[in-house]
Amino acid sequence: MPKITYIDSDGKGRVVDAEIGSTVMETAIRNGVPGIVAECGGACSCATCHVHVDEVWKDKVGPPSAMEEDMLDFAFDVRPTSRLSCQIKVTEELDGLIVHTPAQQG
Amino acid sequence: MGEPIKTDVVIIGAGPCGLFAVFELGLVDLQCHVVDILGKPGGQCSELYPEKPIYDIPGIPVISGQQLTDALLQQVKPFKPVFHLGERVDELTRTADGFRLKTNFDTELECKVVVIAAGGGSFESKRPHLPGIENYENKSIFYLVRKIEQFRGQNVLIVGGGDSALDWTLNLEPVAKRVTLMHRRDQFRAAPDSVNKMQALLKEGKIDFVLGQMHALEGEGGQLARVIARRDDNSTFPIETDALLPFFGLTMKLGPVAKWGLNLHQERIAVDTEKFQTSEPGIFAIGDISSYPGKLKLILSGFHEAALMSQAAHKIIYPDKRLVFQYTTTSTSLQKKLGVG
Repeated sequence: MPKITYIDSDGKGRVVDAEIGSTVMETAIRNGVPGIVAECGGACSCATCHVHVDEVWKDKVGPPSAMEEDMLDFAFDVRPTSRLSCQIKVTEELDGLIVHTPAQQG
Repeated sequence: MGEPIKTDVVIIGAGPCGLFAVFELGLVDLQCHVVDILGKPGGQCSELYPEKPIYDIPGIPVISGQQLTDALLQQVKPFKPVFHLGERVDELTRTADGFRLKTNFDTELECKVVVIAAGGGSFESKRPHLPGIENYENKSIFYLVRKIEQFRGQNVLIVGGGDSALDWTLNLEPVAKRVTLMHRRDQFRAAPDSVNKMQALLKEGKIDFVLGQMHALEGEGGQLARVIARRDDNSTFPIETDALLPFFGLTMKLGPVAKWGLNLHQERIAVDTEKFQTSEPGIFAIGDISSYPGKLKLILSGFHEAALMSQAAHKIIYPDKRLVFQYTTTSTSLQKKLGVG
């Protein structure tokens, strides 16, 4: 099972197992990882599952879709590596993925 | 201010569960007023996912949030609910024979039963995470514009790229000394017509546009002097301004409900599973905002809760009337109420 590391704004990391086909948001919620709210439950309509993808993983994860980019307009502290974690699907290739959760969502 | 409005039941929240409560209460002859902070009914269904399909409404393989809302509105029509939209219930007090509620627009309602169907809480504007922002809020930082005139002659900084940001850029331009629009990118998700109008103003030199995000605030005694903005490369620059209007959409907060003395459980309202009544007799909570062992935040659970709550509400309002359980399929009296008999 691929592993994902979530690093919070204080620098504390949490490593969890992720199911292939699930999303980075779902994996966080299922494992009680703090820092991701996911108010809309994964509909790409609230921007409260915002993460900064680690620089090393930026290219592998890829850029947001146009709709996701629109939704990121409602997030704060948006960076070139920003993604909504409900829109990142877990694959074999993402084993070891590191994402940073912002200080506050929504 | 006039006399308070009198009704049997006030429902707080016009989402799917609040709407279905109108139906179930209507079947037992109770008249409802519905208050919602949003400007339209539907709650999260119409605000967060109007176009998204829902697959777990019994008997309906797929329906969008907006379609479900529209269908529920049609279903409750025979019961003539009165909606108070764009208003938030701020105060709830007990009276001799029921409750009095007051909204942020001073609408007063008196009723025998209150049903809280407020979902994730009330939708509120997202607040930027900037140190000290609370000192400026409602003094020189605003999340909504109540009076355009208050910005006359001021330098106004509007931040965001959606409809609210663009609409207020267009509406404040003739009044303000200078409007500056800041957004993190040069694309806007707002209505194309607003974007075109904004770009025309920009071309005529009537407004300014800057690329960036809010980074820090500077000012004194609640009066903003400037906003420090950050570019994508992390360099910063100041924008002198008298007022800041950030438009980053809405988020849900429990809000005033938390202050009404009801027993809460993990930011939700504790209820029993027979009547879905809160710790305060006469006040019920259904849908996502209610909490009980095994609770699932599903629309279908909220529908069930609405049906059982209505039986209990009827007993409170008509303690001497016996309620005969009936089916809409066969009961001529229910069909008469629905206007199909």
